Amino acid sequence: MCETCGCTITPGNAHLVTDEGHLSQTKDGTKSVEVLSSLLHENNHMAVHNREHFNRHNVLALNLMSSPGSGKTALLESTIKALKSRYRIGVIEGDLETENDAMRIRAHGVPAVQITTGQACHLDAHMVHDALHELDLDTLDIVFIENVGNLVCPASFDLGHHANITLLSVTEGDDKPAKYPVMFRGSDLVLLTKSDLLEYLDDFDPQKAEAHVRNLANPAPVLTLSARREDTLMPWFNWLDQMIEARRDHQDLTPTIQPDGIALHQAS
Amino acid sequence: MHELAICQSLLDQARQIADHHHASGIERIIVQIGPLSGVEEPLLAQAFLIARSASGFPDAELEIETSPIRVHCHQCRTTSEARTNALLCGTCQSWQVDLISGDEMILKSMVLSEQPAQLIEAG
Repeated sequence: MCETCGCTITPGNAHLVTDEGHLSQTKDGTKSVEVLSSLLHENNHMAVHNREHFNRHNVLALNLMSSPGSGKTALLESTIKALKSRYRIGVIEGDLETENDAMRIRAHGVPAVQITTGQACHLDAHMVHDALHELDLDTLDIVFIENVGNLVCPASFDLGHHANITLLSVTEGDDKPAKYPVMFRGSDLVLLTKSDLLEYLDDFDPQKAEAHVRNLANPAPVLTLSARREDTLMPWFNWLDQMIEARRDHQDLTPTIQPDGIALHQAS
Repeated sequence: MHELAICQSLLDQARQIADHHHASGIERIIVQIGPLSGVEEPLLAQAFLIARSASGFPDAELEIETSPIRVHCHQCRTTSEARTNALLCGTCQSWQVDLISGDEMILKSMVLSEQPAQLIEAG
């Protein structure tokens, strides 16, 4: 790929767009050029940079996504309480407004940076890059990035993290993965949260939720847990242990599904 | 809502490519969008009109090509079309498939206005 503008004009195909090539000049004084790069080229470039930064400091970066109110911050609080002695944890919080979530996290004695996006409905790689300047990665093992509560837009933006975690609380419908396929197709782990409420809800079936995830050709683990019941959190902690090891063993660890990754791979 | 952010990023990239080719303007931007890209075609078209007005290329046209969702099955090794929320093999209904098209979000090509009698440098 051309380093100047990100296009895919190489010595091998330059003849098509230069001089008399068939993608070159047309009679009406216009020129067609082939590009074949992601619409989010700038974001993806920054995401690669962020991921290299995490890797250099041996930090595992995880992107938490869900609809608002599904319990992302509550899960982080329980996780920090249980794992604080095992892992050094830092958190980047994304919200449209307020420092509330960062304050909740800091109350547990771990560093938290709040990104307030104003009207933006998602975090992007540049926002995360800026937040990283406020975290000392040498003192951390895991950075959780709590994305803006939204099951649509965050799915399109690579932040430079290593894996996508999507939360679905049992007070939502078990068909959410079918309604938001882009988000759930790209999840490396799906957490069905607030399971302590399952006994009151006869219309949420964890097995159906998992079946909807499989219908998206996604083999990701689907775990049922409650941030209020520590005994339900063990499989989640085991997954974190495995990811810490996986990142150590594979410096090129990325989320399984990269936005438009396959298409660009085929094009190159 | 993120379509506007995507259009701004697209136009930034388009500007760099136009500069690189010493073009005098951008006539058309051709993008390829799959149903699983997370981008809605009508919203992208609308957002482009807003982003374009602030881009310095007020006459640039956006052409959106869509691509079908196609999956290749690990089990029976056939390729078939699938629906957005049922990425299953059309032959054997297995979910153990690879998506081979349908999540594209690609700036495919551009038509640039030429300055007269210029030489184009290879990238």
